[in-house]
Formats: sequence, structure tokens, C-alpha cells
Amino acid sequence: MSSFAESKRMPGSEWFKNRPRSLEGVYAGSKSVLQLLYPVLKRILPARFTERVFVWSEEVTKGYLFNCQMCGQCILHSTGMTCPMNCPKNLRNGPCGGVRQNGHCEVIPEMPCVWVQAWQRDAQMGRYGGEIQLLQPPVNRALQNSSAWLNQLEGVDAQRPSGWSTIELE
Amino acid sequence: MANPDQASSAGEWALHGGESHLRQVLEAGHFAVTAELNAPDSADAEDVYANVAELGDVCDGINATDGSGANCHMSSVACCALMARAGYEPVLQMGCRDRNRIAIQGDLLGAAALGVRNVLCLTGDDVSAGDQPEARRVFDFDALHLLRTAQIMRDQGVLLSGRKLTTPPEFFLGAAANPFVPPQDLRHLRLAKKIEAGAQFIQTQYCYDVPIFEAFMRRARDMGLHEKVYLLVGVGPLRSERAAEFMRSRVPGVHIPDAVVDRLAKTPRKGKREEGIRICVEIIEEVKQIEGVHGVHIMAYRQEETVPEIVERAGILREKPKE
Repeated sequence: MSSFAESKRMPGSEWFKNRPRSLEGVYAGSKSVLQLLYPVLKRILPARFTERVFVWSEEVTKGYLFNCQMCGQCILHSTGMTCPMNCPKNLRNGPCGGVRQNGHCEVIPEMPCVWVQAWQRDAQMGRYGGEIQLLQPPVNRALQNSSAWLNQLEGVDAQRPSGWSTIELE
Repeated sequence: MANPDQASSAGEWALHGGESHLRQVLEAGHFAVTAELNAPDSADAEDVYANVAELGDVCDGINATDGSGANCHMSSVACCALMARAGYEPVLQMGCRDRNRIAIQGDLLGAAALGVRNVLCLTGDDVSAGDQPEARRVFDFDALHLLRTAQIMRDQGVLLSGRKLTTPPEFFLGAAANPFVPPQDLRHLRLAKKIEAGAQFIQTQYCYDVPIFEAFMRRARDMGLHEKVYLLVGVGPLRSERAAEFMRSRVPGVHIPDAVVDRLAKTPRKGKREEGIRICVEIIEEVKQIEGVHGVHIMAYRQEETVPEIVERAGILREKPKE
């Protein structure tokens, strides 16, 4: 019923997300493979082609699993393998104070609060469990629709506004 | 109290200049009382002063809401500036629903220049809660980004971009906590995160369920959070069981147990208002005993006149030194 992009869930995707331990394993594995392959890919493929392939792959895989909104700065492993951009308030440090008594979203009543799910799943995770307590920086809106994988490989997603870093470095 | 019409120079605007009075009260170990101003649907400053009149003498700080419940009212910056100008202690509520990061930082500077020292950093109710649900929701920041950014402006003297401020703002920074909604057993962790992001004081959502609040405080104390932050418990009188039903079904994040609603329902019509006040006073007396509670925040929407009575009956009225 809801017309929110945030509330879309592909059939079967919740089954995967309720196994966050396996998902974080897949994440860690594919991250190290990509880090190994990327320097080679970068040398042989045109940058625009690589970007397109990456964006397409993310839209398909993360789109299916996480209803990825292509923010371009993925923090899934720090948020219980649950996409925070599915929160209609775009919280990166949730949940808000509007969660309903049944654990559903203030804005989309038929959708479970993604941050309630995120905290539950984070508690089940091993490698990255507990990272949900990290203070996440503001979203870089300029990265919208770009490839989060490429941004991570290039270190783009780790860049912070320089004012923000003044306290992080202390 | 200064006559607002005579305030002309910058010096007179910022009557409070320097430090937050609310902070001084809390640091002195007093049990603080703050209350919520009903921001008027009006372009007349006198309407702000009329609403604030009942609160000034019994409160250590007065919150100006920022489009509460996603309904448009006079802006919180303007309400706070008017209050500061008349010698009251404003608490600026700033949410992330209506402004992006550029507007937020600009408003923080402007508010500080107008004499605001206390800022309550909020995410904000969604637009769908209000009477203009067709509006665009912004949420460029979340409450923690807002807290940290205000802290950076104050302590590092820079904007988020790194650009230097000629004069950094002096802020006493606050955040909200809602122990009464899921995930209740993890709410203390979000409190910890807000303290890490810069929160120095906390004002909670309406407390009508003391056992849930006690459990929250126990977990917070286990983490030592009660020694890192001043916590003010949100309370408020309910006018009737119908008002209670409306609040718990329509106002995001408000939890009212059935027992409270039933108690009002069983009260004869004429006594409902008094019963609502009595419930509020009882809750204040209970939470006052809990270790780590440093004050109360009274939200008496459209019943500001009840606040002095509540403060007096709860035994938390304090003689304030006249300035």
C-alpha cells in the first residue's frame, strides 16, 4: 500500500537479512577479493565502464537484499546488515523516538523500524558486532547513485568534512 | 524584567550573555525545572510573552518547540530571541526535519547572537504527523550529527566545512531520550551515543510509566551515564482520558499505560483536570527519588497555567535569586 521507496522488500530478502552472521561473512569475503582484484581491474578497464558495472552489480545484489537506496557510502556491516537509508528519516544513528509500541516505523506504520531490526541483528553478529555503537558521520549527499564499493576501494567514503574530523582526531 | 521595547542594541538583546543559567542551576546541584512554551500561531511578540508569563517564575529554562508534531508555529529561534530579550532563559529546540546542514549551522550562530545558550538537538517528528503532510522531509542530519556539529562549532570554533568562526557560540547542549518505545532494553545505548556526540543535558519524552523509566535508569547507571549528563524527566498533566487517547495514538513516541487512561476515565467529568494534575505530581515525586534524575521538563500543552501549581505541589519550587 505504501508508496515509500524505503518500504519495498523483495520476496525472500528478509530471510537472508535474518542471518546477519552469514551476510557479514559474505561482505568480509567479497571485500578482500575486491581489494585484491581492483588494482588489476583499474589498470585494464576504462574507469567509466568499471563504475557502470559496479553500480549495476550493487543495484542488483544490494537492491534485492537490502532495498539499497544507492547512497554511495555503505555502512551495512556497522548497522546489523540492515540498510539505514530505508529509514524514512535517513537516520545514520538510529532509532528515533517515534518507534511504535509494536516496533514499527513512525512514518510507515506497516514497516518494522529498520533501526530496531538493525540493533537486533547487530547483536547476533561476530566480526562487526557492536559497530552499531559507532557515531556515524553525516551522509555525503554528493555520493548519491555512485558505487559504494568503488568509493570504499578509493577511500572516498572515508572522507569527512574537515570540521567533523577536528573532534574525531582528538 | 527588561522592557522588550527598549531593547535596541546588541548588548541589550543578549541580556543573558555569557553562560547558560540552566547549566549553572544544574551544576549547583539543584533540582531543575524546565517547561515547554506553546509557540503561538501569530506574528505578534506579545503572544509569546502571554504564553510564557505563567512559566517564567517557576522554571529554570523554557523550551521553544521547533514545529512540534510537524505543525507550523512561530519559529523556535524567534521565540527564544524574544524570551532572551525579556530576561527569560530559553532552550532552543532544533530539529532536522525542516533544515539542511547549511541552515542548521546558520540558525545556531544566529540564535547564539540573539542570546540563546541552551540548545536541545532533536531529529524531529516526521511531516506525516502534522497538518501539512505534503511537505518535503529534509533530514539531512540526524540528531547526533546536529549535536556533534554544534559541539564542533563551540569547541573548535569552526563550521563543519572547517571554515573558522570569528566568535564561536557558547552552548549548553541537550538531546532527547525516549525510554518508553522499542527497543526499550537498548535505549540506554542510544543515550550513551548522544553523550558521546556532545549532549550535556537530556530531556526525556513524557513519562507516564515509571517502572519502564526506572529500568532505563538502572541500565544507564550501570554504564555510569548518570554522572556524565544532567537528565530531566519529561512530564505533563493530562486533561482527560480522551486527551490521553489522542496523545498515545497520534503523537509520535508517546506511551501512556492503560492504568493511567482508566484512572482518568473513572474520574467524574469535573474532577478530570485535577486528577490529571495529581497524576503528574505523583510521577514527579516518584522520579525525583531515582538516582541520576536532575530535574523535570514539564510539557503542559495549552495548560501552561497548571505549571506553577504542579511545581509547587510536587515540592520542587525553589526560591530564585533575583538578578
